[in-house]
Amino acid sequence: MARLIRGLLAALLLLPLLAQAAGIEVRQFDDPVTEQRYQDLTASLRCPKCENQAIGDSDSPIAGDMRDRVYVQLQDGRSDKEILDFMVSRFGDYVLYNPRLEGRTLLLWGLPAALVLLGAVVVVLMVRARRRISARALSTEERDRLDALINRERNE
Amino acid sequence: MKRRLLLLLPLLGFLVLGGFLYQGLSMNPFDRDSALMAREFPAFELTTLEDSERTVDGSLLEGEVTLVNVWGEWCPTCKQEMPQLLDLADRGVRLIGVDYKDTREKGREFLAEFGNPFEVNVFDPDGSLGFDLGVYGAPETFLVDADGIIRYHHTGYIKPEDVRETILPEVEKWRD
Repeated sequence: MARLIRGLLAALLLLPLLAQAAGIEVRQFDDPVTEQRYQDLTASLRCPKCENQAIGDSDSPIAGDMRDRVYVQLQDGRSDKEILDFMVSRFGDYVLYNPRLEGRTLLLWGLPAALVLLGAVVVVLMVRARRRISARALSTEERDRLDALINRERNE
Repeated sequence: MKRRLLLLLPLLGFLVLGGFLYQGLSMNPFDRDSALMAREFPAFELTTLEDSERTVDGSLLEGEVTLVNVWGEWCPTCKQEMPQLLDLADRGVRLIGVDYKDTREKGREFLAEFGNPFEVNVFDPDGSLGFDLGVYGAPETFLVDADGIIRYHHTGYIKPEDVRETILPEVEKWRD
């Protein structure tokens, strides 16, 4: 009985392997560089049918078709940019997980940088203002007391 | 007091951002224009569903405003959409079908059962024309003008009211 349960548990552990194998084909590549490019491209192209999945992760038929095209074009010696252009001309900018830097996307790319810059400016201004206030706030009396304290430490 | 108001700026920024995100909740992600809008219908050379000996190409679409409907026997929405397409054909719109990722046998059975509003059906078993059209499901419908330029694109089901409200006005618009 115990052996049976152990066997079943071991089989259960293998289940995730099955899930991973589903839908994603095994491809042959001549060199590891092309294989890496294939992995990168299929991870950066978004499946048009399934909103939030890369074509490399999706079981949907259109994602499979797109992977086929990526593979064939890599074998034909096309560049990454040519392959991405090929997809965009059919499915639109939607399929790019990384939007391109162009007139329309300037705000998208520029806003975060602008906000970080703005934040830095605000911090600098605040630190400066605070420093000036604290420097001004010491009256003669306070300054004398501060000097006395410092001197006491020194004399001890 | 004025400096105090400045402290509300981040809250304002948050509200603006929140507004955008809230609007995004009710947007339909499949409501996006085809990348082929205002571009030429992609070149193709395929046989017809009706006749495996007859090859057709882009010249099929020249000379008249045509509604190209991508369908397949495996697609349930295409069956629901059929009455609307028959209605459009009755109203004098020229329709051409693309039988997408289908077998000849099943495609023919489908037309026999649900009606055939198409002048001719382009047979696309591998989905190659569909791919060049950027089709990622069926049904999808493209309006092509007399010069073979794609002028309107409809993703998914054509509702009965879409016939009068959107499709027919678009057809009229590109006829002149």
